[in-house]
Amino acid sequence: MGHKTALHAQHHALGAKLVDFSGWEMPLHYGSQVEEHHKVRQHAGMFDVSHMTIVDVSGAQARSYLRHLLANDVASLQHKGKALYSAMLNEAGGVIDDLIVYLMTEPDAAGEWYRVVVNCGTRENDLRWMADQAVRFDVALTEQPELAMIAIQGPKARQRVEQVVSESRARLVSELKPFFGQESEGWFIARTGYTGEDGLEIMLPEDEAESFWQQLLAAGVAPCGLGARDTLRLEAGMNLYGADMDEGVSPLEAAMGWTLALEPVDRDFVGRAAVEALKASGAASKLVGLVLTERGVLRAHQKVVVEGVGEGEITSGSFSPTLGYSIALARVPVGTGSTAAVEMRGKQVPVQVVRPPFVRHGEKVFS
Amino acid sequence: MSNVPNELKYVASHEWIRDEGNGIVTVGITDHAQDLLGDVVFVELPDLGAEVAAGDDAGVVESVKAASDIYAPLSGEVVAINEALEDAPESVNSDPYGDGWFFQLKLSDAAELGDLLDADGYAAHCESES
Repeated sequence: MGHKTALHAQHHALGAKLVDFSGWEMPLHYGSQVEEHHKVRQHAGMFDVSHMTIVDVSGAQARSYLRHLLANDVASLQHKGKALYSAMLNEAGGVIDDLIVYLMTEPDAAGEWYRVVVNCGTRENDLRWMADQAVRFDVALTEQPELAMIAIQGPKARQRVEQVVSESRARLVSELKPFFGQESEGWFIARTGYTGEDGLEIMLPEDEAESFWQQLLAAGVAPCGLGARDTLRLEAGMNLYGADMDEGVSPLEAAMGWTLALEPVDRDFVGRAAVEALKASGAASKLVGLVLTERGVLRAHQKVVVEGVGEGEITSGSFSPTLGYSIALARVPVGTGSTAAVEMRGKQVPVQVVRPPFVRHGEKVFS
Repeated sequence: MSNVPNELKYVASHEWIRDEGNGIVTVGITDHAQDLLGDVVFVELPDLGAEVAAGDDAGVVESVKAASDIYAPLSGEVVAINEALEDAPESVNSDPYGDGWFFQLKLSDAAELGDLLDADGYAAHCESES
């Protein structure tokens, strides 16, 4: 099979069910993805996310470049280490990828640079696009393939990490604010994640990943696979690139309007004209949450029928282990109200239409 | 490799059949099938008293990953269903040949038992699908 992360031998030794994920051999689960999901909601779990692509952006025009490249505005990053979630759009206003960017220095400092983390499945396309857009800027793009990345997530995640790392890293972990990241002795430790729980994402040299993973395991952190990662992010109402949005979808149709920084009006980012035009004319569809409290599981690509309004489609659907019933994200006509029906196995099943997220910090949050 | 008990019979659609004698069989899905499905979250069973023919749909098993039909491996009347699966669908994963059983049939044609696969035949079938 394809690429292996620095933790591959660990996954194998733990009995993981390995699957191909965009050319990487990654753990789907280590026995039960539902149990892994509960571990993250109630305690602490860890994910090998080393397959994700890390690109450092430096150079005199790093900020100008990112303000052109991204639909959200890195100028809003006022403090060293602050993270920003953004879409990267094409000229037509479609989503090339969604990403996290960290300001790695003080703002406006000499040598200001940024770290960008993009999806693995879009790596080649992203890198090509980022390089193309960089031509007229004084910037350097440096991929960091030798960094492993481990996400430790859950209410006990930071506490467990503090137990096994050096004193200075432990102090950083205890003091780090949400959505900030800082370097510490060669590691980049960020209080970010994709689960709707507190936790960390740690980027560290590949040759240190195995021992850190084993220490976390010994501290009681449960290894979790891509299966649990998907149900956790779905409960948290977080989009999955390629499922909930792609190059043919505007952020306005993917519940990502909040990530579009249209002020200041003179910032000329890629896709701005298309986004403004769609905003003015009004998007025809929107991304919403669906809830099915009776038996059955909502699945991607099932048809959503909104009586008197039109039709839509589920973009991501699964069973919610926390809630005990099925939830989904669906793209539906803008006029959709609080109810709809989903075509499941030849029958139309009524569902509730809600505003995601479904679960935050272990609790149901929609009504 | 998944567990394929020698004392059971099988069909290619991944149900197992235990002959309880007196014309009654117990049906479930195999270890191989539950492994492919992943965590089972709902099981829809046939109605008690329903008459089914071999190959008919007789329920649905839904995992986190996928929905899959359950087929009646033999013809007969549904005389028992495993109601415990309503609250504990995970038994299908943890104990597919025990607590994870689905339903019992009273056979209408015991000769159909001769059409079933034995453990070796089923293992070879799984091998050919992989």
